[in-house]
Amino acid sequence: MKRIRYGRIAALVTASAVALTACGSDPETSSGSNNDGGSESSLSGELAGAGASSQESAMNAWRSGFGSANPDVTVSYDPAGSGAGRTQFGEGAVAFAGSDAVMDDEERAAAKEACGSDAIHLPLYISPIAVVYNLEGVDNLQLSPATIAGIFNQQIKKWNDPKIAADNPGASLPDQAITPVNRSDESGTTENFTEYLAATAGEAWPHEPSGDWPVGGSQSAQGTSGVVQTVEGGQGTIGYADASKAGNLGVAKVKVGDQFVEYSAEAAAKVVDASPKVEGGPEHDLAIELQRDTTAEGTYPIVLVSYTIVCSDYTNAKANMAGKGELVKALVGYIASKEGQEASAGAAGSAPISDALRADVEAALEAMKV
Amino acid sequence: MIFSGAAKGAGVLILAILAAVAIFLLVNAWPAISTPTDELSESVHWIKEGDSLLDYVGPLVFGTVLAALIALIIATPVAIAVALFISHYAPRKLAQIFGYVIDLLAAIPSVVYGLWGALWLMPQMFPVFEWLSEYLGFIPIFQGPAASPPRTILTAGIVLAVMILPIITAVSREVFLQTPTLHREAALALGATRWEMIRMAVLPFGRSGIISAAMLGLGRALGETMAVAMVLSPGFVYSFFILQAGQQQNIAANIALKFPESSGLGVNVLIFTGLVLFAITLLVNMIARWIVSRRAEFSGAN
Amino acid sequence: MATVQTPPSVELSSPGLTRGKLPRYAPVVLLVLSFAAVGGLFAALGSFSVPLTVFLGIILYAVVILVVTTFVEGARAARDRLATTLMYSAFGLAVVPLVSLLWTVLENGLERFNGYFLTTTMRGVFGGMDAGGAYHAIMGTLEITAFATVISVPIGMLTAIYLVEYGPKSKLGRGITFFVDVMTGIPSIVAGLFAYALFVLFFGPGVRMGAAGSVALAVLMIPVVVRASEEMLKLVPNELREAAYALGVPKWLTIVKVVLRTAAAGLVTGVMLAIARVIGETAPLLIVAGVVDSANFDLFEGRMMTLPVFVYGQYTQGLAPPGPDSIITINYDRAWAAALTLILIVMVLNLIARIIARIFSPKTGR
Repeated sequence: MKRIRYGRIAALVTASAVALTACGSDPETSSGSNNDGGSESSLSGELAGAGASSQESAMNAWRSGFGSANPDVTVSYDPAGSGAGRTQFGEGAVAFAGSDAVMDDEERAAAKEACGSDAIHLPLYISPIAVVYNLEGVDNLQLSPATIAGIFNQQIKKWNDPKIAADNPGASLPDQAITPVNRSDESGTTENFTEYLAATAGEAWPHEPSGDWPVGGSQSAQGTSGVVQTVEGGQGTIGYADASKAGNLGVAKVKVGDQFVEYSAEAAAKVVDASPKVEGGPEHDLAIELQRDTTAEGTYPIVLVSYTIVCSDYTNAKANMAGKGELVKALVGYIASKEGQEASAGAAGSAPISDALRADVEAALEAMKV
Repeated sequence: MIFSGAAKGAGVLILAILAAVAIFLLVNAWPAISTPTDELSESVHWIKEGDSLLDYVGPLVFGTVLAALIALIIATPVAIAVALFISHYAPRKLAQIFGYVIDLLAAIPSVVYGLWGALWLMPQMFPVFEWLSEYLGFIPIFQGPAASPPRTILTAGIVLAVMILPIITAVSREVFLQTPTLHREAALALGATRWEMIRMAVLPFGRSGIISAAMLGLGRALGETMAVAMVLSPGFVYSFFILQAGQQQNIAANIALKFPESSGLGVNVLIFTGLVLFAITLLVNMIARWIVSRRAEFSGAN
Repeated sequence: MATVQTPPSVELSSPGLTRGKLPRYAPVVLLVLSFAAVGGLFAALGSFSVPLTVFLGIILYAVVILVVTTFVEGARAARDRLATTLMYSAFGLAVVPLVSLLWTVLENGLERFNGYFLTTTMRGVFGGMDAGGAYHAIMGTLEITAFATVISVPIGMLTAIYLVEYGPKSKLGRGITFFVDVMTGIPSIVAGLFAYALFVLFFGPGVRMGAAGSVALAVLMIPVVVRASEEMLKLVPNELREAAYALGVPKWLTIVKVVLRTAAAGLVTGVMLAIARVIGETAPLLIVAGVVDSANFDLFEGRMMTLPVFVYGQYTQGLAPPGPDSIITINYDRAWAAALTLILIVMVLNLIARIIARIFSPKTGR
């Protein structure tokens, strides 16, 4: 009697398990454009990448676009963080890495060991960082670099401080405490923001650039979404976040030269073009030294540049990189294309790279041995 | 014979696993321990210049213990009362449903507690914190100004308390229900009120169960990562200001926030903090064991 | 029995065998009156607020009932009433956050929670696209947790049996008890790192697989299983064991047929709690099981998505960029729906476990 009952339960469990595994499916997303079937791609295989979480949304769009043109290729990207991405690339665990920062000498050496050749940086993801604020009654806020630094260094404590008033002639600012909000996790966004402050604010920002926020005793939150939420949740708050995630918050205009510039994709791409390359890298390495203190008209200097790190030669590559050259070349070629850059602009709000930069990337890919 | 051997083998296996974890921790933390102080702060940029490893870990330990203590102080009495309510006060049918709901709540992922804490609890807490800092601000721990939004250690402690409440409740309820019926009926027959029966029969019987339930909760509160990372603005000072932001941080959340972007010696330092957390729980458990052992063993009847 | 204290001496001076007794409706009336008094006072002052009224009303009620009962029924009854009040209000206090939590999840999660969400993966979904679901994450969570349970329940249960039945006084037994306690303190993220280091030894760097996640979860789960089972086995009355021995039943059979059966319901609760403890773990799975957007059923090959990681991942993606067909809050919506899914899974598991426990456990008088 009892045995029969156990049997039934077991049967039920097995049946439901079978039913569960049978009913999953992939979504039918019709957004991929070239499904004409005429030019079937001959590429196939699996390609794994890892690294910066800032690139995740863009990478999802690229993988989707690339996947619809090359249905037999499976690309995966683990948003484990820039550091983890560079480490895994150096171990040969992934065929390409995403990173918000340039590799240091040690990492370059590890990557060279794994690739059997030099690794190169390709700046394919440019994302403007917005200074967001939540202050009732103020819709238009203009800030000079020194004022931003003063606010985030907790030297400027009230919204009606004369320094803020000087940047906003005629605006009525409330007598309210300022609560600056920063990232609590180590991040490329923080690194780029502090780099900007260190380069432009002069004495108002006495700290070194770093991915870890240098000022203590402040409000902080995890990730861009955490910062945006915290800024939304408080009164008189101000923070920095990826521009595409700003939502309904106010976005401050930033002083460049003599003008206050609102962030835009074009203005962000411009500053990348205006910046020189990092010296001493291998040929076709496109790592750049961002010109944060540029005064060129119409540039927006608070940007995050995230690199795709690849080998310059995959013929002797080790571990999981071996034999992936062709796939990497095709993927990066797609990412750098106009179509790819538009896809990421739509999905992640990034700034498409300029034609000049695209030409450089294409030259680098041309030279890549697979 | 085979059965007892298997039982013994399983126990030994656990010891082996634990040893493996401890050895792994120690081996990976060793580079951080053996590196001299000035070299450490040079290669790990989030350690302040001149600070030794212990200077870095100290405030983290402080924050971890503080958050867990706040959680435990809030959660334990409430959880015991709720467990008693379910086992001895509520109507039997309702009690089953409550018990079920509590078991369920114990399974909600900490990410969701974090989401809830950040989105729902935080706005509710602000007026309370403001009131505390205004009228009780003369007590040092309540010193203001209250942070807005209140991403403080007190909020984190409350979220942790809500999180460990179902765990403590579920275990203590199970223990209370096991009180021998004879004990309870004897107490009632002697004319005890319901409360006296609980105090004389149920609580003494369940004492070691309550303590191990609280330890289970404390273990989760000490090691909680995501919920703390989502509701606390971290800071690295020894500070009792539980209403101000950017004062304390918990070890696990610190690892989660720093780990993805760390490399080399930084990882070793983070693993060392993990080792310290491990040691704290060891200490806590030893204290709990000592408390339990002061009372007579109470296993089964007789 | 030794610890039962002598009850406080009955007041001999009390007249007669029965004292005065409050009518049954008295507490309810007093409670309503207290709320009315506090609420009325606040309304008169022009600053009415529900939480404050409830809070102060209960305090007022506690004082009033204590005083009234002391006069009518005597001090012991008054203490009993006070305890009852405390129990009820503690329950109320605990219910508020827990209900609000469930409510928030339901309210935000139901919107996206449907058949499509449960049976679709995230493959090819990006931006604010109105598509995608958690199918891959659900399967991943079920498989990884099931495998972790398969590893940890036998080990944990056998250890608990050893601790209670075979070696409670032995050196090894005491050592194991102590180290199991220590093990409950392993931070989840450390368990993840450990599993990663272990699998790197066998599979080389950069390894990501579901089985590694199971090992990490098992490390977290074993001590919980041991502690809970041990507690439950200890509560089995010794008389039962002795009765079985007296009938000539061998020890192992006594354990299997008598001890385990008597404790079955408690053991199942313990295992469910252990599963509950790990099914929502995010940090270790993030490290060792990785992130992937399509379904993978093989525990030993490739990355595997899990629900908590899915919730976390969707949350950290934050708002989607605005666009013509884009739903800005889509990522948050998915996060809530996935959280709801996870809770429902636990609920179903709980139900199954309770049914099984009911079948196994002997009928008791309780």
